[in-house]
Amino acid sequence: MSGRTLRLAIWGLVAVNVVALAWVMVISPRMTANAAGKIGHGEYTLAATDGTAFTETSLSQAPSLVFFGFTHCPDVCPTTLGDILTWQEALPEARDMNIYFVTVDPTRDTGDILKDYVGWVDGVRGVTGSEEETQKALEAFGVYAARVDLGDGDYTMDHSASVFLFDKDGNYSDRIRYQEDFDTAVGQLKALLGT
Amino acid sequence: MNVFSLFAVATALIVGASFASAGDVQHGNKHDAHDETAMDHVQHGDLVLTGAYVRATLPNQPVAGAFLTIENTGTEDEMLVGVSADFAGRGEVHEMKMVDDTMQMRKLDAGLVIPAGETVTLEPGGYHLMFMKLDQAMVEGETVNATLEFENTGPVTTSFNVEGKVAKRGEHDHGS
Repeated sequence: MSGRTLRLAIWGLVAVNVVALAWVMVISPRMTANAAGKIGHGEYTLAATDGTAFTETSLSQAPSLVFFGFTHCPDVCPTTLGDILTWQEALPEARDMNIYFVTVDPTRDTGDILKDYVGWVDGVRGVTGSEEETQKALEAFGVYAARVDLGDGDYTMDHSASVFLFDKDGNYSDRIRYQEDFDTAVGQLKALLGT
Repeated sequence: MNVFSLFAVATALIVGASFASAGDVQHGNKHDAHDETAMDHVQHGDLVLTGAYVRATLPNQPVAGAFLTIENTGTEDEMLVGVSADFAGRGEVHEMKMVDDTMQMRKLDAGLVIPAGETVTLEPGGYHLMFMKLDQAMVEGETVNATLEFENTGPVTTSFNVEGKVAKRGEHDHGS
């Protein structure tokens, strides 16, 4: 490699770093902020187990928690429901939130099945509907879900495991990651509820 | 090498590095303590099974995850190839993992290796026994029996305590 090529190479790397820095520090966060503002918004109509419709306007009745799962789920979904129970115990104000468990497996998770499933945690509403409307909702929330066949007609679902937080006006505010530290999660809820 | 290909290489390196660091964050969060129930202690050949429990099911939950610790005190690797139980139409050895924000669950078709001289823990967020087509609810406080099938040592039936719906965590888990 000649001296000229080397110099060119070094300047090239410097330029790359400047662009990368700009991307990481400025451009990417702005794009994320824009996308975040739209989370949960879109045209979808599903049914909640309390008899109400679940649409984007459901998010602007009160501060809300929305998470996705399915009843054939051995670990993540029961854990998340259990976590919500412990958050409610620690933070009584959280009981006034609207909490929605949206199934990513509407074929098997009918309203009747979901109602009992979520029923052991106060205030949690199951949400289900047609495959098509569910797909629209998944897209609106930016949630990934995919069927994984296990053979003999059985299947499981890969799915996003975070709990989405929305303020009382239906704007996406934050997400609680799966198995988030308890104090951190309660802190996020306090921030949302302004307590 | 022209500037464009340098850009490509540098970008690839940067992207690779960010993915690697994102992965580290994920791994740091798996900390579901389960250390208080060193109850049943089953010796099966060179294998020692401890702390077997199954997660209580929610209403209408037709599947259940079960967990235990398997120590291989022998000099040969062992393989957990299957699991079955009277209460479940189907039992399998699964691996769960979080990839970014997504929970993925896969059957371990070849089985789970229990290396010679090592201990493998099946725990929430990782390896688990998956019971499907449940005939009965898993009720907290009860015990159920299941049979583990090992490639060399053969089958062993052991009891599993049914434990609470709310995941057990360290009381003072601060995300360490």
